[in-house]
Order: sequence, then C-alpha cells, then structure tokens
Amino acid sequence: MNLLLVLPLVIPVSTAALSLLAWRRLALQRVLAIVGTAVLLGGGLALLTFVWKNGIAATQLGAWPAPFGITLVADLFSAIMVVLAGVIGLAVAVYSLASMDEPRESFGYYPLLQILLMGVCGAFLTGDLFNLYVCFEVMLMASFVLLALGGEPDQLRGAIKYVTLNLLASALFLAAVGILYGVAGTLNMADLARKLSEAAEPGTMTALAMLFLIAFGIKAAVFPLFFWLPASYHTPPVAVSAVFAGLLTKVGVYALIRVFTLIFVADAGYTHTLILVIAGLTMVTGVLGAAAQHEFRRILSFHIISQIGYMILGLGLAGLTDSPAISTLALAGSVFYIMHHIIVKTNLFLVSGVAQRLGGSFELKELGGLYRAYPGLTVLFLIPALSLAGMPPLSGFFAKLSLVQAGLGAEQYVIVAVALVVGLLTLFSMTKIWAEAFWKAAPADSLRQTLSAAEKRSLLLPIGMLAAMTVTIGLAAEPVFALATRAAEQLTDRDAYIRAVLGEPQ
Amino acid sequence: MATLLAILIGSLYAAGVYLILRRSLFKLILGLVLLAHGANLLIFTAGGLTRAQPPIIPPDATALPVPSADPLPQALILTAIVIGFSVLAFALVLFHRVYQTIGSDDPDELKVGEQ
Repeated sequence: MNLLLVLPLVIPVSTAALSLLAWRRLALQRVLAIVGTAVLLGGGLALLTFVWKNGIAATQLGAWPAPFGITLVADLFSAIMVVLAGVIGLAVAVYSLASMDEPRESFGYYPLLQILLMGVCGAFLTGDLFNLYVCFEVMLMASFVLLALGGEPDQLRGAIKYVTLNLLASALFLAAVGILYGVAGTLNMADLARKLSEAAEPGTMTALAMLFLIAFGIKAAVFPLFFWLPASYHTPPVAVSAVFAGLLTKVGVYALIRVFTLIFVADAGYTHTLILVIAGLTMVTGVLGAAAQHEFRRILSFHIISQIGYMILGLGLAGLTDSPAISTLALAGSVFYIMHHIIVKTNLFLVSGVAQRLGGSFELKELGGLYRAYPGLTVLFLIPALSLAGMPPLSGFFAKLSLVQAGLGAEQYVIVAVALVVGLLTLFSMTKIWAEAFWKAAPADSLRQTLSAAEKRSLLLPIGMLAAMTVTIGLAAEPVFALATRAAEQLTDRDAYIRAVLGEPQ
Repeated sequence: MATLLAILIGSLYAAGVYLILRRSLFKLILGLVLLAHGANLLIFTAGGLTRAQPPIIPPDATALPVPSADPLPQALILTAIVIGFSVLAFALVLFHRVYQTIGSDDPDELKVGEQ
C-alpha cells in the first residue's frame, strides 16, 4: 500500500477529529487548522513528486486486488489537484484567523473545513465511481453546513437553492452509476474503461454519458445548470465563499474530465461536440451575467461560471481532433487553466473580503477610494484581476493562449472567437470593480475602518502568497506548462491508467 | 418483475419531479425523498434480478455456486440509503430554519434580495 495516496485523506480527517476533541478550545482549533492544511499541502507535494518520478500510482485499500477492492489512483492531474486543495486550504485557514467570527468558529467551522478538504481530495484520488459519489456526498454535506452556518436570512435563502440542486445532481449521479453497473458489472474506472471499449451498445453508452454530463455539469455549474451558484456563493462569510469558489466547482470539472477522457470516449463526435457547445454557452452567459452585477462577490461568482467554460473547452477540443498532439495541447490547456483559476479566483474572493472590511460593503457603489488609501491592496487586487482577464505575463494569459492554440489546431474557429471575446468582457468586469471600488473617490458616508497589525498579517499574507503564485506561474510558464502537458499525456494514454490500476494483462 | 419495478421507478421519478416543481418547500423535500428512493430501486433493478443462491461459498467447495446473487447492488444501495438519510435529516432542519426565519413555505419568497 502506498502511503502517499492515503495521506491526503487521513490528514484532514484526523485534523477534523482532533479539532472536534478540542471543541471548546478555539485557540487550539485555529492552530490545528493551520498545521493540518500545511501538512496536507506537504503531503500533496510529496505525492506530486512521487507521481512525477514514477508515473501513475495506484493502491488497493485492504489489499483486495482491483477491481474488487477500494482503489485509490493518482496520476499527475489528481496530484496537481490535491496540491491545489492544500494551497487553498492553507490560504483560507490563515485568512479565517482574522475574518471568521467567534460564533461560527465555536460551532465547528474548522472541523467542517477539514471534512470539506477530505471530500475534495477523496474525489480527486478515488479510482472508483461509487467512491466518487461517496466523496461528493462528504464534500457536499460539509459545504451545506458551511454555507448555512450562521443562519443569516440571505445564507438560508442561498442554502435552499444550493442544497436542492445539488441533491438533485446526486440523485442523477447515483442513477447513472446504477445503470452503468447494470451494463458493465463493475464501477472501477480502469475496469470500466477496459470493458466498455470492447462491449456495450453505443446507444446505451451515449445515454449514460449524457446522465453523467448532467450530474457533473450541475456540480461544475455549466450552462444551463449553473443557477445555484450565483444564488448562493455571495451569502456565506468570505473565507467560506473563497474555498467554495476555488475548489467545489472544480471537483465537478475534474470528474467531467476524468470520465470523458477515460470512460466515455467511444462516441466523441457527439459527446465532445456537445461539451464544446456547452463550453461556449457557459463562457458567454457567465461573463454577461457578471456584466449586469454590481456587487463584488456576485460579479466574481458569475465569473466562476464563465471560467468553467474555458476548462470544459479544452476537454471538448481534445475529443474532436484526430491529432494526438493537439488533443494533448487542449487537455494541457485545461489543466493549466484549472491550476491558474483556482489560485486566482480564491484570491479575488479574499481581496473582496478585505475591501468589505475596509469600505464596509460588498456593493460597488458604496465602496470607493481604496486605491488612494491602500495602494498595496490595490496591487494585490490587480494581479489576480488582470490574470483572470488574461493579461500577459500573468498566469491567465498562458492558460488562454494554450487553449486558443489548441482551438486553432482543431479548426474550431467559432469557439476560439468566443473565448477571445469573453476574455475581453472579463477585462471589462474587472475594470468595473477597479473603477468603482478602487479608483473613484470614496462616498461621503462610507464607513472607514482600519485593521490591526495582527488582522493585516492574517488577511494579507494569504492574498500576497496567492498573488506571488500567480506571478510565478506566469513568469515560469514553461516548467508549469511542462507539468500540465505531462498530466495531459497521462490523461490521453488510457492504457497506462488501466495498467497502473489493474496490473499487466495476463 | 423487472417490468413492474421499472414502472414503479418511473412513477417514483415522476412523482418526485412533480413535487419538486410545486410551490412548497415541504413538497420539495418529499420530492427529493421520492427521487432518492427511485434511484436506489434503479440500482437494485439495473444490477440484475435473478432467482439465485446467496453468494456464499459452501464449506465443501472452493468457488461460488453458479448461479449466485450479486451482493454488490445491495451494498451500494445500503451506502446510498445511509448517505441519503443523513443528507435528508440536514435538509429538514435547514428547511425548518428557513420557514422560521422567512416565515413562508413558498419558494418564490426566497427571491428577496436577488436582482
């Protein structure tokens, strides 16, 4: 058994257990949250190095051989996602020290955050569709409580929509898993990939692919299934919406990429065309929705949707081209985009929290004058904002560039044009925040608040760290892109995945 | 038997969707319950209904007797029921809190505060 694969699950769950034991001792819970997420990040990095050196790693829990036992698999894509979960966990834990109010802290905020991270890492590492469902539920359960914790009317309104639509998605996912088991007699993803390439009627398979597309599509918030996201993400405390924005929808995207590169590849002409169309519509509706909003976090929420379109775009392109090189480039673009997006989007939410602390509101019209009063914060906003819009030399530019190159290579010119226009509209939204919250003079009656030195440290440290990562990914785009390319090569090489899980064919 | 179950599952799904679309939070919950039951029965049916022996290897044999029942769908359903139950318990509490806070059972009232 490979310990590295188990650690990303064991670390958060033991941290959560310890935090629960320290229920009344908030100071200890805070320390545990920082230490737990830092160790998770370390474990993720160790896993990434291991997979980079030794190729896809798989382990069978309880030593039952695959496909009968519980399988954990880490290819580079999974390992990258686990590392990002660690990064975001750590950043949000530090940020929570100064931003989370005491009632929420004393009703289990820290243990819930750890359980959420465990569900997320479990979804990235599992090699079995039913365990993917279980990990989704663990993650959802923690996110339900985090979203509603505090019980403010807005939070409750958002939580109803979030809970209902996610439960619906889970029921669909479960139904799809059941039918797939009936068709294939297995739920191990590698085993499914092997068996379904031989047998199964194409019609049944396409219907199943559509069920999975809808179930994961709701979780990933693609068009037209995204309505729960802008209704709920702006309601909880900033630290919670930051971790949601960074990680949760990306679990849906991860699941889509996993099943549509490994299992449902037979009818790519139909399924991947549909994915491509959905990607385009998601990008456009997301960015137009953002243009109509005037609240900091609502604008950012709609941009999550728009960005999900870009991530799916790479997946769609990969299935629609005959050239393996372009297919790899497209998937590498998706992986790179996810890496860039998780860091940037979390960071923007964290900045919105600081702006609200200083200016007293999330409403753009009530904010203002932040540039004059806090030039340092302004720089920290501009880095992720311009990166999101795709300005060189920041990370977003290279993410978009690789997707556009792949789109041109696959001769899908319409979607390339859509991607470029949406990039421009993203810039428009970011300049709107810039002009309203930072540039214009502060409204006369605006509440001016200051931060203590300790608050400054805990709020600005994670923002600075994530901004530095954005710049680093941009300046060191080549090694990072090499990593994404290796991950994409593993995604396209289904046989290697099957071999890693099931062993060499006899 | 499979046909009968298929009709039952279909009715559960139909009733579930109908209830979810009603303008009442309470019916919404009932709808979600019915959908979850429908999905569980779907796994049960799709897993294959056969009259067979339980999947236990007799003391004097080394392999499963053929035909034997597939134990996995039941295990899947059991897990799904447990998860569904806990999620539902949470949803009930949440919906109750919403009813107390907002004072209405009508989902349309939830739009307040959204543009």
